[in-house]
Parts: sequence; C-alpha cells; structure tokens
Amino acid sequence: MNIPSQILTLLAGIALTLISLWYGQNHGLMPVQASDDAVAVDGLFNAMMTVSMGIFLLVQGVLIFSIFKFRRRAGDETDGPPIEGNVLLEIVWTAIPVVIVLVISVYSFDVYKSMGGFDPEASDDPGLVQVAMMPDSESNAAFNTASDTASAPLINAPRHHHHHSVALGIGASPETANKPADVTVNVLGMQYAWIFSYPESGITSGELHIPVDKDVKLTLKAQDVIHAFWLPEFRLKQDTIPGQDSELRFVPRRVGDYPIVCAELCGAYHGGMVSRLYVQTQEDYDQWVQSQVALKDSQESAKTSTVASLDAIADPTPNMGDRATTSPDPIRQQISQKFGIDDSLLNQVQPATPTTATPTTATPATATPTTAPLSAMHS
Amino acid sequence: MTQTEISTTSAPEAVPAHAPTAQWKWWQYFTFNTDHKVIGIQYLVTSFIFYLIGGALATAIRTELATPAPNLVTPETYNGLLTLHGTVMIFLWIVPAGAGLANFLIPLMIGARDMAFPKLNAVAFWMIPPSGLLLVLSFFLESPQAGWTSYPPLSLMTGKVGEGLWIFSLLISGTSSILGGLNFLTTILRMRVPSMKLNDMPLFCWAMLATSGLILIGTPVLAGALILLAFDLLAGTAFFNPTGGGDPVVYQHMFWFYSHPAVYIMVLPLFGVISEVIPVHARKPIFGYQAIAYSSLAISFLGLIVWAHHMFTSGTPAWLRMFFMITTMIIAVPTGIKIFGWLATLWGGKIALNSPMLFALGFIAVFVIGGISGVMLASVPFDIHVHDTYFVVAHLHYVLFGGSVFGIYAAIYHWFPKITGRMMNEPLGIVHFVLTFVGMNLTFMPMHELGLLGMNRRVALYDPRFTTLNQVATVGAYVLAVSTLPFLFNAVWSWMKGEKASENPWRALTLEWQTSSPPEIENFEVLPVLTTGPYDYGMNHHSESMAETTAAATGSS
Ligand SMILES: [Cu+2]
Ligand SMILES: [Cu+2]
Repeated sequence: MNIPSQILTLLAGIALTLISLWYGQNHGLMPVQASDDAVAVDGLFNAMMTVSMGIFLLVQGVLIFSIFKFRRRAGDETDGPPIEGNVLLEIVWTAIPVVIVLVISVYSFDVYKSMGGFDPEASDDPGLVQVAMMPDSESNAAFNTASDTASAPLINAPRHHHHHSVALGIGASPETANKPADVTVNVLGMQYAWIFSYPESGITSGELHIPVDKDVKLTLKAQDVIHAFWLPEFRLKQDTIPGQDSELRFVPRRVGDYPIVCAELCGAYHGGMVSRLYVQTQEDYDQWVQSQVALKDSQESAKTSTVASLDAIADPTPNMGDRATTSPDPIRQQISQKFGIDDSLLNQVQPATPTTATPTTATPATATPTTAPLSAMHS
Repeated sequence: MTQTEISTTSAPEAVPAHAPTAQWKWWQYFTFNTDHKVIGIQYLVTSFIFYLIGGALATAIRTELATPAPNLVTPETYNGLLTLHGTVMIFLWIVPAGAGLANFLIPLMIGARDMAFPKLNAVAFWMIPPSGLLLVLSFFLESPQAGWTSYPPLSLMTGKVGEGLWIFSLLISGTSSILGGLNFLTTILRMRVPSMKLNDMPLFCWAMLATSGLILIGTPVLAGALILLAFDLLAGTAFFNPTGGGDPVVYQHMFWFYSHPAVYIMVLPLFGVISEVIPVHARKPIFGYQAIAYSSLAISFLGLIVWAHHMFTSGTPAWLRMFFMITTMIIAVPTGIKIFGWLATLWGGKIALNSPMLFALGFIAVFVIGGISGVMLASVPFDIHVHDTYFVVAHLHYVLFGGSVFGIYAAIYHWFPKITGRMMNEPLGIVHFVLTFVGMNLTFMPMHELGLLGMNRRVALYDPRFTTLNQVATVGAYVLAVSTLPFLFNAVWSWMKGEKASENPWRALTLEWQTSSPPEIENFEVLPVLTTGPYDYGMNHHSESMAETTAAATGSS
C-alpha cells in the first residue's frame, strides 16, 4: 500500500491540531478558579497552551522524523542536497510567529484590562512624582532623626504623603470602576507574616477573611523588605515594596479557604511566610468580624493577659514584643496551628525576627515591629 | 549565499620563523599566556570546575527539597546555597565558558593568528579565578543570601561580609566579561583574512558579534547598580534603601537592564555553536545563512528593550507592563527563525548521530520548550500568576541548561579533536547524552506544574502537597549529577590517551579545520585563503577546492 506523502502530512497536521486543542483544555495544570480573574487568566493560558502544544509537536515531530528518515547510513560519505534557503518558506515562518505573538499580545491586553490592570488609580506611574520630589524633601539627616521615634510610621509614610491615590497593581475592573470597593483590607507584609487590618471595624488579623461575591480591595504595604502577595487560586500577585503602596482588587466567587503565599525572597524564613484566605458567605463573614471586634474589646479591657485565648494570635502584633519573654510556647503552638508552620521552625523564626536586621537598617521600625505598622495602617 | 571566488590577489603571508608544529608545554597552560588557544582552554577548564561546584550546590538544594520540611541545612545556609548556585552558574560557568569557546574559535575561524589584544585577553581570563575564589570564600565566611538578583533592601540586611564579597566578585567577573567582549568585537571586525567578508563568516562569529555588543552595553549598567548597592551596604547611602528615601525598584531596573541581556549573552554563543555543528554533521548547507546571522543581531537589539518583563509584579505602571510584554513577545520571532532554519538544515541531510550532533539535537528539543514558556511568561496576566514561582525556575533552566549547557557540551564534543588533537570516546559520549537528557527533563519538567499549582521559588520548606513532584525533580538532579562522571572521565582519558585526531575528522569547511589538530602556536603555517563558503556542503566543487588550499599551503612553505 502506497499512501501519497501529501495525505500523510495532512493526517499528521490534523492529528497535531486535535491533540493541541484537546490538551489546551485538559492539561489540568492550574489550581481551582476562585475569581473571575482566574477564569480570564486560565482562558488565556489555555489558548497559549494550545498554540504551544502545536509548536512543540511540530518541532519535536520534525526532529524525530528527520533523525529516522535522514540518518546517515553506514558507509555513506556523500553530502545532502546543497539547499541554502527558500525565501518563501523563510517569510512564512517569520510571519506566522509574528501573527501568533500579536494575537497573544492583544488577548493578554484584553485580559489585563478585564482584571483591572488599567484602573488609573492602580496603573499610573508614581515614579515621576517621586523623582521631582526627591531633592528638596526628606534629607537623610531629617529622616534618621525621625526614625528615632518608634511611634512614627517610618517606612511607609515619608514617600507617600505626596501621592495618596496611586497604588500600583491590579485595580478596579471596568465593571467596578469609579465605585468604592465593598470591603477594603490593609495588608502589611513583614518578615515573616502577613498582617491584615480592617479599617471599617478596626480589627487586625493574621489571616484574611473576605465575603464572597463582593468587590474586595487590598492595599499592600511592606514593613521591612520586598515581599510578594500571591493568591494562586485567584491568579493574583503583587510585590509589596517598602515605601511604595500597591493594591489588588478582585471579586472572590467561590467560598473556601486558600493559601496566601509570599513569592519574593524575603529572608531566611521566606518559605514559612504563608497565611490563609477565607472566602465566606456574608453571614459567616459578619459573624467573624463581630467575634474579632468582641475579642479586640475584651483584650483592650484586659491587656495584661496576652495568651488568653486561641484567637489571640489573630491579633498578633500587640503581643509581638512579649513573645520572647513571656510564656512563648502557647503562642507558638497557636501560630503553628494557624499558619501551618512547623513548631520547631517557629522556634527559630521568633528570635530571628528582631535580629536579622543589620545595624544600618535596624531602625526602630524593624526592631519593634509592633507599633509602627499598626499606626501606619490605621492612619 | 554563494561565495566561491578564489582570491588570487592576496599572496600567502610570510611563513612564521618558529618551527611549524610548535606546541605549548603543559605547564604553560597554567601561566599568564597570551595565546588565544591557551586562554580558551583556561577559560573552559576553569569554568567547568565552577560548573561542578555550582552543580554540587544544586544537588544540595535538591536534597533539601526532597522533603517538605527544612531539615537538611539551616534556612540561612539554604539561601546561601541558592544565591551561590545562581551566581556561580551564570558568572563563572556559562558566561566564561562562552568566552572560552569564543577565544579558542574566533581567530581560527577568521584566519587570524591571535586576538586583537592578546595581553588584555589574558588579563580578562586571570580575573575569573579570583572572582570565583571570593565567592567560594563567602560561602565559608558568611554566605550572601539575597539570591543572585540581590534585591535591596533584603541584600542590605543579610550581612555585610557575604554581600560585600558577592558584589566585589561580580564586579571583577563583569570587568573580565567587558574586556572579553571588547576583544571579540575588535577581532571579528578587524582581523579577518582579507578574503573573508562579513557574510562569509561562520555563524558562530555572527553570534559572538551580537553577544559582544550586549556585553559592552549591558555589563557597565550592572557594574553601576552593584557599585551603588555597595555604597548603600557599606557607606550607609540610600540610593536603593527605602529607610533613607531610596528606591529599591530603581535597582531592579538597572539590574535587569543587564541581566535580561545576560540570558542572551549566555545563549547566543551556543546558538552560534549549533549553527556550526548541525551543517557539518548533517552534511548540508545551513538553511538561511543571512536570516540566522541577522537574527542574532535582532535578538541582541530586542534583548536590550525587554528587561522589565522581570518586574511585572513589581512597582511598574500598566503602560510599562504592556510595552515590555510586546517587545518580549517579538523576540520569539528571530529565535523561531533560528530554530526553523536548523530544522530545515536537518531536513533531507545525512545526519550522523554522534555525540556533538546528539547534544545539538537535544539542544533544539529542550530549548524550544524554554522558548515557548518564555513567550507565555511575557504575557502580563499569566506572568502575574507564575512570577517568582517554580514555573520560572523550570523556564530558565530549559533555556540555560537545555540551551546553554547542551550547547557547550555539543561544542566540546565537536571541537575536542581540534583543541586537544585527540578524539573523544563515542560510546561514553552517548551515555553522557542520554543521562543528561533524561536527568534534565526529569528535574525541570515537573517544576512547570509545581509553579502553576502554587509553589513559590527560593523556599526550603513547602506545602506537603507538592512532595511527589519535588521528589521526581530531586531524582532527576541526582541523574544529572551522575551524568557528569562519564563526561569527566571521557574528557580526561581522551585528552591523554584518546585516538589521535586528523586535521579535519568531521570533513568540515570552516577555517579552524584547515590547520593541524591541535593548531600550532600561531594557528596557521600560511594564512588561509577562502575558497568555499563555510557551509558549502553538497556542492561538487568543495572537495577539490579544499585540496587546492592544502596544495597551495604546502607548495608555498
Ligand atoms: Cu515575604
Ligand atoms: Cu528576561
């Protein structure tokens, strides 16, 4: 039986297309989709996977076919045909990739827009403002004396009173633009924890609770070094940079609890810098807020007892200074339960927090991580 | 491309005074020697030693990651391991190995007796050992722990000694790289035999032309960033330190302005190698000489305007993210031109499946995966998800291991007969290739999935749900560690006792094969005259004209 090579090529092309189309939808490589952004990003990813699989199969197919078909037989010392090029072919394999990358660029642009990447509040360049301000404002000397007062929101404030509204990141999507967010949470990244504070209710927590189907805005700050706030199930990530605000705005669509990961190397215990995000129904969320408010009130009335309840750790910052000295063990236990960190690791983490900073950077802001961030966040 | 004109006007140059087969004594390879071939070998051997050190660090990292708990080394040591692994592999292995190949090959390929600035060349090499020793020293004093990217403010807080040594080491190797780039550029532009026009050059020379341009433009900016970082670290200035009003994002811009092009500094020379190896062992002219040559220049130019794709989740505004997304995507086009050109060269050829060719074919097979994931990473919305995750670790190793390291191995197997005058052992070469190919995919393929699912990079402890994939990667890393053994044995044994190589064992057409193996001290007894193009395989005249060259050479001596 002799099948013409054109038909074989056609069949191979069809098989390649079908495999690519199937794989693009069935790779199963992404975690669950917990937001509209995740659905949009996955659509883009699937499209890219389809094209990628096609190119992958084409290249590997040609390679393997050539190895078998055009292998040099023993004793054959002759050369192959002296073909030096083919202008038409070269134009085709230049033009096709151009079209592919342009289509992917346009698609990416579209997805980025739908996520809220072009919200002017989150996408303008604060650097321009910054550069203009630099020479006449904050001199180092003035700054250093300011840093002697532990209560000042040292790192975050000085740069940022020039431009309140701009925070880079992912802002409001076209649907939620020009509307205030339903829930705003201030997020502070520090070695090696995330601290969440809720301006409306005044509560502070080591884990993030948000109501489902609500427009949530996270404002991100960093206390000491650069961290990156990553929600894999929401396909969202943004660096938190000392001295520069950033934000993430999204609508959670799926009740559940999800990991919060620090993605930027931030020191020895970077891998332990994890927390949980709880997406709750409105009732559960309200209940949680109320319990936290009650806890906060009870703590304020009885400040002496630091290890009172399991949830004390939900408000870890006021206790931070006491940890090393007063009965640290129950707290560690609670941390390890809450954050899922190995207790022995925490043993190392806790003394490490104040000591990792070198003298130059060990301003009171890092040495006493308790008061500065809180005042920064509540201001 | 047909340039078969036999230059009759340029008379053979004067025969050098020394004995025609003059060779260096073994101990002269350990001295300040200005012969480009000695320097090339010095670069290659030194960088390979650092490859073994970087590999040992990688093996330690993968051993730590065999379990989710951080139970092998302290977290500080772990960050030291990953910082030094990245730094050693980039600045002491791939970049100097590329420089070694360029040193050995460029003058031979263009018919020159040495590089343009031989003393500068030796100075450049002799900066590599102290640079490497400083890094090794730092590991025992106080490891730098901020990653090879060394972002402030973290890099200002992890210890002055280690970070200071790291900066100093990079400034030295960066200077070495600049001197090398200057030398390659001048040599290629000014030292070619008169009969060789730019479009007659072997493609490796085009690749080094493009690489040298990147080195000369990019590396000074890295040096600037490092000097400012050193001031912040040691003198308490606040260029990048936010506690003093500095901007850490400015460091990222300066760092990546060099370090993205650095990817091309590391891979372009090996693109050049692949363009040399494939036509010889497929017995066919390279398909689309000019397209491949100019695509190197295009990659080089575009490589300078894509750096902020490493900063899509950093302090960058939307317009900047979009601009760098598009420029980065476009780089896929000249890269694709090369890959398709190589495939078309193979098509219809007489492919010899020997060790150099296996590594060259392996290069295409794995590099294309890194190229594809690179286009994906350029897409801002997708990059936001996978930035700083194991997906990026997978991508960069497919580019730098699958690309650069496979390319370096292809080059060593291909030019070993020329460098040492002896053939390498074929069966051991095939074992080496199989182990490397399997180990590489076993190590890095699962990392794509890890990153997509939610595993961040640069961590010593991780969520236990990632254990299985990590263990696959660890097994792969051990296979890679073992894979270096047959190569090491093969290289050392063949160098001493291997079968003697003829002048031109692969029947290649480029000029380095038209002199003795190894070449005598001043390369050519009589400077060669170009009679065929570098890739004129299958054109009936090439065998005769090669004979003519030889006849002319012997006749005039
Ligand atoms: Cu962190
Ligand atoms: Cu890059």
